[in-house]
Amino acid sequence: MKLSGAQILCESLLKEGVEVMFGFPGGAVLPFYDALYDYSQLRHILVRHEQGAAHAADGYARVSGKVGVCVATSGPGATNLVTGIAGAYLDSSPIIAITGQVARAFVGKDAFQEIDITGITLPITKHNYLVMAAADMAGVVQEAFHIASTGRPGPVLIDIPRDVFIEEAEFRYPARVNLRGYKPTLQGHPTQIKKAAKLINEAGRPLIIAGRGVLISGASSHLKELAEKAQIPVATTLLGISSFPESHVLSLGMLGMHGMAHANMAVGAADLIIAIGMRFDDRATGKVSGFAPHAQVIHIDIDPAEIGKNVRVDVPIVGDLKNILETLNGEVAPQNHVEWVSQIEEWQMEHPSTVIREMESILPQYVVRQIYELTNGDAIVVTGVGQNQMWAAHYFQYNRPNTLVSCGGLGPMGFELPAAVGAKVGCPEETVWCIAGDGGFQMTIQELGTIAQENLAVKIAILNNGFLGMVRQWQELFYKRRYMATPLSGPDFVKVAEAYGIAATRVTDRIGVIPAIHRAMEHQGPFLIDFQVEPEENVYPMVPPGAAISEILEQPREEVIAR
Amino acid sequence: MAKHTLIAIVEDKPGVLNRVSSLFRRRGFNIDSIAVGHSEVAGLSRMTIVVDGTATSVEQVRKQLDKLIDVVKVTDITEDSMLGRELALIKVKATAATRSEIIQIVDIFRANIVDVAADSLMVEVTGDEDKLDSLYQLLQGFGIKEIARTGRIAMTRGAAGPILVNEEKPRRVGVRPKKTKSTDEISNL
Repeated sequence: MKLSGAQILCESLLKEGVEVMFGFPGGAVLPFYDALYDYSQLRHILVRHEQGAAHAADGYARVSGKVGVCVATSGPGATNLVTGIAGAYLDSSPIIAITGQVARAFVGKDAFQEIDITGITLPITKHNYLVMAAADMAGVVQEAFHIASTGRPGPVLIDIPRDVFIEEAEFRYPARVNLRGYKPTLQGHPTQIKKAAKLINEAGRPLIIAGRGVLISGASSHLKELAEKAQIPVATTLLGISSFPESHVLSLGMLGMHGMAHANMAVGAADLIIAIGMRFDDRATGKVSGFAPHAQVIHIDIDPAEIGKNVRVDVPIVGDLKNILETLNGEVAPQNHVEWVSQIEEWQMEHPSTVIREMESILPQYVVRQIYELTNGDAIVVTGVGQNQMWAAHYFQYNRPNTLVSCGGLGPMGFELPAAVGAKVGCPEETVWCIAGDGGFQMTIQELGTIAQENLAVKIAILNNGFLGMVRQWQELFYKRRYMATPLSGPDFVKVAEAYGIAATRVTDRIGVIPAIHRAMEHQGPFLIDFQVEPEENVYPMVPPGAAISEILEQPREEVIAR
Repeated sequence: MAKHTLIAIVEDKPGVLNRVSSLFRRRGFNIDSIAVGHSEVAGLSRMTIVVDGTATSVEQVRKQLDKLIDVVKVTDITEDSMLGRELALIKVKATAATRSEIIQIVDIFRANIVDVAADSLMVEVTGDEDKLDSLYQLLQGFGIKEIARTGRIAMTRGAAGPILVNEEKPRRVGVRPKKTKSTDEISNL
């Protein structure tokens, strides 16, 4: 039987197990929306801006492990997706972006709402397609999902001209994908694994650095086994948070620019770095020449191009982490590194990184810590970008995989609210806390409309300091406190929420923090809390940009003593 | 820094050249030349790419290229025994007085005169870059009106050709795909 291109797309999405998509209709994509009318199995969540659709699909993918789908029309609809696609690309998040395009006869003619979105997204997608015939649709969708979700995951965009949605073709879903140019390496090379095991068995001061790859591969338990068997302390990157239980005695927390002092000191002293599913981002390494100067480096990653890209590697192993760690754990001998571990503990005592001062006013760190305490850590936290992100990383303890959703690579402000939408849709049984700054929140504030319409019980904590806080912090520390364009006013967030029909409250002093969080948790639907926090609070520890990871700025002493 | 010759076997699809060149631009790699044509397998094109860079940076180029879905195989054949060739068409000024001298030079280079006009000759020459450069320099004295040069195309000698891409047979799940140089085994990074 012949189906329209739009129907073939719907059928193909069902074949791929899609249940939900985040989108915004428009002229070129209308035939697809018309087909969707008859496919109630495909839930469509209407966002308020296409950027939100892409971030929501990303958030959905990160918490559920499934492929997230977002939809937009041609031209401005497609360009509005770009930030979200780039965020998914840099953090290896599997999303499919479906965009409408002008009819084939108009492609290349600068028609109304025509934009070359496959050209624009070339460098920020794992692959992209322009579908020029309805007969190609099923094969393209199948390939797209395969590419997005396997190997190192990433976004794939499918651009579909209006008349291709309408054109009819036989619907035949191919039995399997065969891409001769795409065969990810899954098994690690046995010789390399042996070499790595030898280095691990001989190391005196080994350190594991775990990244998001551990979460993507589902290798958390294998990582734990390795760490425990050989008694190796584990630091994580920002995106690696929750890949290793932070309550574990071997957990050092996050490393890098705003990493824990003792984690960064451990990097400086280690004689072996075992980098697992991370890509030596500059925020994690600091100045590369000052990174782990005494260490040999084992790098395990599924993407061969990451090997040796930023940091010299002694033993590279390419493949799926789960497979590799399974074999590696068999080769590694049980060990004790008592001296090394207690040395790091000593550093931690001498350089505490997450002390919260006693103050009348509300410290943002205190807010995050209270959310952690009151939820018992049983929540998914979605952050924005900047100070709120770092405080959310520092003061909440993540013990279950995929409980922190943060856009680390691109760092797009405004990620928090739409990504929280995606997270809540992906894991409706979980408590989802969106930790936002007042700056980023205003970038995608309109997604409150999506939350209200879908009645998604997202709990929103705005750490409202009246500044673009992280930029202000840099101005304070490196630009002589010349606060150019960082003080910002905001609307009455409580009134805004209420205008959307969302319950909300404002907290202006420390005593009000706990009751407000309780209220939010007890409330059935979405809830927003505007925390009026200490305006000029800084994120510490901090490694200044361009400095070595060992050059750590800590919370000034007088501030700590003042508690 | 040294010149490296990469052979990329790519899908013969619209936009593939754009994907390849866009990658070079984005990652800040310099292309000396790029030549594209059909390969021995229908549906696959062959690109010869000459890049300037350190061994590490060219290895990074190769791996990034290999990540493109439409790129089936990339090989750095610089270290192999290979033949590299370029083609040039050179239109050189020629008068009755200089014509025979030009023809003599062209003969020495085993190049051909492919077009004759009242005031010019068109020379066709193939060879490696050095040969083409030398001929060009010699002809400059007569006055060059126009020159068109292809980039380098290259092939390894003998049976050692690593370029052949077999049509895919169904693969057992989890079997590691064969590559000419295993990326795991590169230890000089």
